[in-house]
Amino acid sequence: MKEVYLDNAATTKVRTEVKEEIVKYFDEVYGNPGSFHSKGMEAKDAIEDARERVAKILNTKPKEIIFTSGGTESINLALKGLVKAMKDKGNHIITTKIEHHAVLHTCEYLEKYENCEVTYLDVDEYGRVNLKEVESAIKENTILISIMYANNEIGTINNIKEIGKIAQKNNIYVHTDACQAAGSCELDVKALNIDMLTLNGSKIYGPKGVGILYVKTGIQLVPLIHGGGQERNLRSGTENVPAIMGFTKALELAQTEKESEVPRLIKLRDHLINGILKNIPKTFLNGHPKERLANNVNVSILDIEGEALTLYLNEYGIYCSTGSACTSQTLDPSHVVIATGLPYEAAHGSIRFTLGKETTLKDINKVLEVLPGIVEILRKISPINVNVEHMIEARERK
Amino acid sequence: MNEQTQVQSKLNLHPDVKAKVESKKWFYTDTVKEHFFSPKNIFVSDQEAEEYAKNAEGTGMVGSAACGDSMRMWIKVDKKEDKIKELKWQTFGCASAIASTSMLSVMVTENGGIKIDDALKLKPQDIMNRLGGLPNRKFHCSVLGDKALRSAINDHFRKSGQINRIIVEGARIIDVDTKTSDKDIEEAVLEGALTFEDVQKKLKVGISNKAVIPAVEELIRFYKEKYFG
Repeated sequence: MKEVYLDNAATTKVRTEVKEEIVKYFDEVYGNPGSFHSKGMEAKDAIEDARERVAKILNTKPKEIIFTSGGTESINLALKGLVKAMKDKGNHIITTKIEHHAVLHTCEYLEKYENCEVTYLDVDEYGRVNLKEVESAIKENTILISIMYANNEIGTINNIKEIGKIAQKNNIYVHTDACQAAGSCELDVKALNIDMLTLNGSKIYGPKGVGILYVKTGIQLVPLIHGGGQERNLRSGTENVPAIMGFTKALELAQTEKESEVPRLIKLRDHLINGILKNIPKTFLNGHPKERLANNVNVSILDIEGEALTLYLNEYGIYCSTGSACTSQTLDPSHVVIATGLPYEAAHGSIRFTLGKETTLKDINKVLEVLPGIVEILRKISPINVNVEHMIEARERK
Repeated sequence: MNEQTQVQSKLNLHPDVKAKVESKKWFYTDTVKEHFFSPKNIFVSDQEAEEYAKNAEGTGMVGSAACGDSMRMWIKVDKKEDKIKELKWQTFGCASAIASTSMLSVMVTENGGIKIDDALKLKPQDIMNRLGGLPNRKFHCSVLGDKALRSAINDHFRKSGQINRIIVEGARIIDVDTKTSDKDIEEAVLEGALTFEDVQKKLKVGISNKAVIPAVEELIRFYKEKYFG
């Protein structure tokens, strides 16, 4: 059975070019960048070269790139690091209700232990932040706006450029979690008016456990990890050279291929969305129809539950994910789909397919071929018959 | 096909780790999968569903789609023998909810049907044992099955005039401020809130009314032991 992997927002397969690059830094350039001898220097040169290449993509200076252990660490460093450094200047953060848990739980921590005040902005029915609400949430003591570039569940892309402008105008720092956006959106931090930006390797066909935080010159952060003073003293610990090199390679390739890959994915994405909405009754799209990631499809299929559906698709070798409560640790449905105004009934039946560079038209057609039958089986044994109009109205009331 | 074995052979797990993975039962057992992919005692046609809607001696419904699980059951009863002869069901929920309702329907109807008094004694643990276990977090799904069955049996008692046999599931209010009952705490524990802090997060119990905290903690302990051993 051919496997159809449609969970690329969870993580991507490491591409061959990246794998080959990584192996080189295990086998040949294995030195510690902190060592004085040639073996160390060669590793040091490698990561400095990587830093320069990443900086070029972000249109910024190499010393503004900090390598970390991934998106979660970058976010923690940006938020906690800034709060600690700006203790005397303010303690208010503005973020949204649909951020990744790395942001939300860090904010909760800051509220509990660092005396921070956090505003969690609502989003509209498509998952977009209202720019006016961003501006009016700003207070005397606001130090940071942290809003995700593109959402991992429903794929909605936020107008980061304008949010950056608002922050600049009000002299407030702005951080964006760009982990999901890296493969398909603009990453020029100057054009985006961004002060801090998080990326990670595992969503762009790079290795897991590596990421970056871009920190604009002039921003003071207090490090989370202390030790040998690596990464401009912001992130101690021997640099993960193979992962850094792999990440950099992956980011470069993603940038080069963006121009051809994005339109290809959009075509496949829309084919899948339209196919589901047309062929399966009582379904609707979550997230924005146009302002969405090229690879993200998120639909609610009413009267059935997402975990059961996912398990059925798994039998056919199709791998996807769901916002249903049944697959979460807390047994609560996805906070993102709930924030878009979707009633719980529909949130339990939300299902996400995220396409990747290996996804073909044949894969999408396979999903479209098997999905209606599975839905029919599950609906036959379901006692529920919710009114689809009510679900859509509830969301439109947002 | 056994996916669990496949995954493990691919990973070449150390035997000790393998045993641990298996004991955690994150994956569904083959019995769960069998009942999920080929559910027993479901309606085979619309006609059959209509026939049951008309002629079933009792119907019961629990849960709601908003909560993520909902079940409906129809029973046919042999009144002379006081036995349930047939049971049909519908379930909205995850694989374990579907599988546990299917298993319950088998347990009730096998060997010529079950005595109503014995049906009333069926516990979630019994369903789970027959399924070969469920992941801990999924345990609450099988609890709904026996509740739906009791609700259908009560309906039968009501319709057949056996009012004295109806079992009322009383709930005791623990925290008057939040109107939290022992049933609410039971539900919270089943949903995975195993510490006072987690239960409080869910139910807001004992915030204004600190005096009730020991009673709540005792109930959490009780239900934790009841369901998770």
